[in-house]
Amino acid sequence: MSLKSPLGKVLGSGSAREGAGHWWAQRLTALAMVPLTLWFAFSLAGLHGLGNFGDVHAWIVEPLTGILLILLLLSLLYHSSLGLQVVVEDYVRGWLSVATLIALRFIHIVLAVAGIYSVVRISVGVYT
Amino acid sequence: MSIGDRPLSPHLGIHRWHLTMAMSILHRMTGVFLGLGAVLLVVWLVSVASGPAAFAVVTALLGSVIGQLVLFGCAFSFFYHLGNGVRHLFWDIGLGFDLPRTAVSGLLVIVFSLVTTLGFWLWAYAGRGV
Repeated sequence: MSLKSPLGKVLGSGSAREGAGHWWAQRLTALAMVPLTLWFAFSLAGLHGLGNFGDVHAWIVEPLTGILLILLLLSLLYHSSLGLQVVVEDYVRGWLSVATLIALRFIHIVLAVAGIYSVVRISVGVYT
Repeated sequence: MSIGDRPLSPHLGIHRWHLTMAMSILHRMTGVFLGLGAVLLVVWLVSVASGPAAFAVVTALLGSVIGQLVLFGCAFSFFYHLGNGVRHLFWDIGLGFDLPRTAVSGLLVIVFSLVTTLGFWLWAYAGRGV
């Protein structure tokens, strides 16, 4: 017995061989973010000079902060990309759906690059 | 076979509201809102990398009334999405997936998110005297 839909048979679509990949990546990034987000939230709240450039800069310059921030950015933006993709697939249809999915993927990659670049740049001490 | 007129899932308009359903859609809404929070996090990091002038602008925006409302929304969304996300992870390994337990875990998540949001917000301000 085949589990393929009639439409899938007509279109000749085969298995994409990644059926559980999306689901699994969503869970793994969620699991990773339990400690990462809690660390981030409590570090921020504990940072006395949150509005003070020097204090924030000095905190991000610490190697452990930089490493954890990059891990947080990777899991957060991957998780966000997967989650928003499902929301769009559920509620938006037609060409607007495809356009939104492409835009969302691009936006998440831009955010990830911008965030990681910033952390690295702060860490190596290049700022004007 | 036509797929053009099929309704989309989930069908929000035709069911009587109950706790698990309200919490499910709130999980999505807080998730979408946290996407905005991710943008703010990146903007904030880019401002630090850009130097004190850019940092001052972003800090002023985040410190404004609207900025503080958005950040408070982020805090609640974070704690709710965290609590309910852990609830989902337990369901994923097959635990607590019957109706009485989903009701209890749902109430626990609501209490957890309200208490942690308020506690966190007060604590974050207490150290600063704003």
